Amino acid sequence: MFDVEKIRKDFPMIQNHQGIYLDSASTTFKPQCVIDEVSNYYTHMGVNVHRGDYDLSYQVSKSFDKARDNVAKFIGASSKEIVFTSGASESLNLVAYGYGRKFLKKGDVILSTESEHASNILPWFKVCEEVGATIEYIPLTKQGECTIEAFKKVMTNKVKVVAMANVSNVLGYVQPIEEITKIAHENGAIVVCDGAQSVPHLPCDVQKWGVDFLAFSAHKMCGPTGVGVLYGRYDLLEAMDPFMLGGGSNARFDICGNILLKNAPYKFESGTPAIEGVLGMSVAINYLQEIGMENIRRYEEELRSYAMEQLKDCPNIQIYNPNATTGIIAFNIKEIFAQDAASYFSSQGISLRSGNHCAKILIELIQASETLRASFYFYNTKEEVDAFVKVCKEITLEKCIDLVI
Amino acid sequence: MNQLLTDPAILRELIMDHYQHPRNRHLTDSEGYETAHMASDSCIDDIKVQAKIKDHRIEDVCFDGVACTISTASTSMMTELLKGKTIEEANHIIENYFAMIDEREFDEDLLQEAIAMRGVSKQANRIKCATIGWNGIVQLIKESGDHS
Repeated sequence: MFDVEKIRKDFPMIQNHQGIYLDSASTTFKPQCVIDEVSNYYTHMGVNVHRGDYDLSYQVSKSFDKARDNVAKFIGASSKEIVFTSGASESLNLVAYGYGRKFLKKGDVILSTESEHASNILPWFKVCEEVGATIEYIPLTKQGECTIEAFKKVMTNKVKVVAMANVSNVLGYVQPIEEITKIAHENGAIVVCDGAQSVPHLPCDVQKWGVDFLAFSAHKMCGPTGVGVLYGRYDLLEAMDPFMLGGGSNARFDICGNILLKNAPYKFESGTPAIEGVLGMSVAINYLQEIGMENIRRYEEELRSYAMEQLKDCPNIQIYNPNATTGIIAFNIKEIFAQDAASYFSSQGISLRSGNHCAKILIELIQASETLRASFYFYNTKEEVDAFVKVCKEITLEKCIDLVI
Repeated sequence: MNQLLTDPAILRELIMDHYQHPRNRHLTDSEGYETAHMASDSCIDDIKVQAKIKDHRIEDVCFDGVACTISTASTSMMTELLKGKTIEEANHIIENYFAMIDEREFDEDLLQEAIAMRGVSKQANRIKCATIGWNGIVQLIKESGDHS
């Protein structure tokens, strides 16, 4: 049984603050258990991992390893395939620099979409610039969805990498990642999946999806900021290079400049990691699993259809992703610039985002330079949806301007 | 001081009018114009302000780009106020505009319709919007080397 009122009690930000938070696609609130875990590390553990032959360090290292096991289990991977990073952006950059730059060559094609987040496209621009590969885009439908038919049309044996999110951060569609992966593999390409907006919101199984790399951030799934994951198929992780070197990543080095790197995943983890972040992420995963990822997915879909049902009768609202099933609604209020509208929502106690949401090339597709984005998570309620819809119905340009008069 | 300019309904009308029918909203390739590209890292606004400054005078000033209501209206008001002014007059008006935005004392008569922006200081996150075009012209005056 999904008890949202009980869930809300777990979140200090919900208990301590008035207002309605509809920006969870940017970052989520943290439950008390995650905050406690972070605090517990500094209060009761306090030392480094993998260093020092003393009990405390051993305990921290053990907890850290267990966190890696936990993350692996959560996405259906094995522990050695889990690289801890600072977040999805670093994870995606690591693939582009460590794999793309090493293995792609002139004439190769990277296939992506126009709804991609900057973090899964800019690193590939850079790779192209350096190795002479090119980026091509899977044509999306008018609503911004990626279809298998469209994907098949642009898939050739020149394509070596398919880089795409399985849930777009602007449009919230769940892309058919399993089928895409299957077709990519048949054509000899690997799939780099940006999971920042999917791993927190739906059941994830890298074996079933078949993706070669998967990147996600802890802070978008009730975990701490500054920590994230790169999952990589082990043979690929072994083959690719780290793009940072230093303490922790090497087994030994000598005065002549010979370096022997550790095996993956450790060769990618230079320096002291965000220990409290990793431990906190592991507790966040436990928390999500206790609620159940399928329950979370279903509840978000329910919230979304509840909102859409009411919004469809609002003549002043333009919705860009009517068919999406996750908690993201991309929209505009007709005749009101997104930022002005966002200010008005804010004056009514509703936090949502205006802008191009780090997907700057999408604007050509949806013909709107800026949009509003309301994003729901499992701690939002139908009452909050009602309040949101009410503001959507009431908002006028005059009211937006009155805020500054 | 014109009493009308304290009436909220009138102020709102002024902002609406400058937003829906912005003055001098166009860009030019003509000779003698310099361009300031004003883009904000933190918000959506991304405009270009152009001015032709000659013999200590702003002969022409115009702008265009992606901009919210407040940026569009405040920049439109700026172009209307400063077009044709000497640099000295323009600087005086600009000083008073920024004084108003900072909630310091200012000469209302000098700012004319732009006093519709006096309430922006209530919304700290919109101050950037109300000053983006004004900062554009400040930059262009500075670059023209004419500080008189």
